[in-house]
Amino acid sequence: MFDRLQTLLAQWVHADVATVLVILVQAMMVIVPLLLAVAYLTYAERKVIGYMQVRLGPNRVGYAGLLQPIADALKLVMKEVIIPSQSNVYLFLIAPVLAIAPAIAVWAVVPFDDGMVIADINAGLLYILAISSIGVYGIVIAGWASNSKYAFLGALRSSAQKVSYEIAMGFALVTVIMTAGSMNLTDIVMGQQGGMLSWYWIPLLPMFVVYFISGVAETNRAPFDVAEGESEIVAGFHVDYSGMTFAVFFLAEYAMMILISFLTAIMFMGGWLSPFEGIPGLETLFSFVPGLAWLALKVFILLFVFLWFRATFPRYRYDQIMRLGWKILIPLTILWVFVVGSMAYFKVAPWFVHGGIA
Amino acid sequence: MGIEKLLFYVFAATAVLASLGVIGSRNPVRAALFLVLAFVSTAGIWLLMQAEFLGIVLILVYVGAVMVLFLFVIMMLDINLTPLREGFTRYLPLGVAVGVVVLAEMSLVLNPQFFGLEHFPSPIALAAGDSNTKMLGQLLFTEYLYAFELAAVLLLLAIVAAIVLTLRRRNRHEALYQDIGAQVRVQASDRLTMVKMPAVVAVKEAKEKESGDE
Repeated sequence: MFDRLQTLLAQWVHADVATVLVILVQAMMVIVPLLLAVAYLTYAERKVIGYMQVRLGPNRVGYAGLLQPIADALKLVMKEVIIPSQSNVYLFLIAPVLAIAPAIAVWAVVPFDDGMVIADINAGLLYILAISSIGVYGIVIAGWASNSKYAFLGALRSSAQKVSYEIAMGFALVTVIMTAGSMNLTDIVMGQQGGMLSWYWIPLLPMFVVYFISGVAETNRAPFDVAEGESEIVAGFHVDYSGMTFAVFFLAEYAMMILISFLTAIMFMGGWLSPFEGIPGLETLFSFVPGLAWLALKVFILLFVFLWFRATFPRYRYDQIMRLGWKILIPLTILWVFVVGSMAYFKVAPWFVHGGIA
Repeated sequence: MGIEKLLFYVFAATAVLASLGVIGSRNPVRAALFLVLAFVSTAGIWLLMQAEFLGIVLILVYVGAVMVLFLFVIMMLDINLTPLREGFTRYLPLGVAVGVVVLAEMSLVLNPQFFGLEHFPSPIALAAGDSNTKMLGQLLFTEYLYAFELAAVLLLLAIVAAIVLTLRRRNRHEALYQDIGAQVRVQASDRLTMVKMPAVVAVKEAKEKESGDE
């Protein structure tokens, strides 16, 4: 489809310009649904938590409150952007950009179905780790440029937390790479073929849990949301932001949440593969479901777990977060790297299915 | 001009301007951010040279971890800039002299008559399917295994040394000390004793009746 578009465009413009235009179209086809998903994730969050607390949630704007995110977005766009007089104006304004840019750039390598990916690069997983690690700058700079104690404390908390949990996350990904024998996300999904029981969540069960917990900590979500601890530091790093600059931080946080869910689904839950693969009756019965729908279903489940966490768990204390990350999750991941390595060396079945590290 | 060449010039110009910004900007935080920009554009150049693993690792390690900690420290320092800028003119001649010497040395080593593409064989273009990561890994774990392992041990030593240097042994009885292991191990029965007593004690007959029932 895009090849045809490119040849069509190449008739009018230079071939390189046509390439750039096609990439722009592809990027828009990812970014626009992503931003819509973010908007409705906020709606879903309020509804889900509402029902969990025996409330109705937003129900005034549109049918069952369905237009609420649109109203919120309009409100945020119309609001005044206040720049604190003692702040470093340039850095204050560039911080939200630094937060949202990596959160969107990461999606370049995320596959949605077999072959449905903007850039199918070899080092896909590494790219995701690298780009999402840049996101912390937005928070650090926002906290510092606001020139406010609360914002600065929030920024320090958040960045220390992110840098710590990135290590556990990275090690969890190393086990995935070792089992799949590739850093390409499409190859990782293809390595999990053969039904629900050959997805990586079984051979890498502890890593699945560690990765998801680290993901929750990475996105500063409850119960690890000390970065914005309302009761202690008002709202953390974005306390001085208003209107659209605040909304951009919000967008980045929710986009990262969706990304973590996508990655968990791709790496541990078979991505777009059907869970009934290899089961005689069910496989044909569900063969009409497109891969994208399976992936979306898995992502929905994981996002629901994110919201469920927020409604269920009380906030961690900061030293306990650090202890969990450094003293429990990181040793566990290192141990599991060793386990996977030895299993692959001795060619033991579930860790050595598809060639693995050869 | 191909798009690769254009990208190269954009990245190269950004890298040069950003490095000038590192030494030129007055605000240390801004200087650190310029350094980050220089790293990112260098990573872009490496990507153009088909060294995608190195390029991405540069971003992951330097931009994502090292510079964040660096920025951390700079932000927490309350640097008074005026005394730092004192004596700029006094040291300027010395600085210029050192700069000239370095430039002269470098031009002697990297003799300008060697410059130009015609002196270098064009690098072997990698096939589309070749994985940079795999090639690097194979080299590191076969040919350069010793050097690689030695570097790893050296880094481990550095980590241990840093921990030992900053280790602060605290008195167990200090009020601030918190033994998290003990906190986790604690059971309800350690803190709480259940005392059973009859619901009614005052009335004698009730008590007798109760014992009679048993």
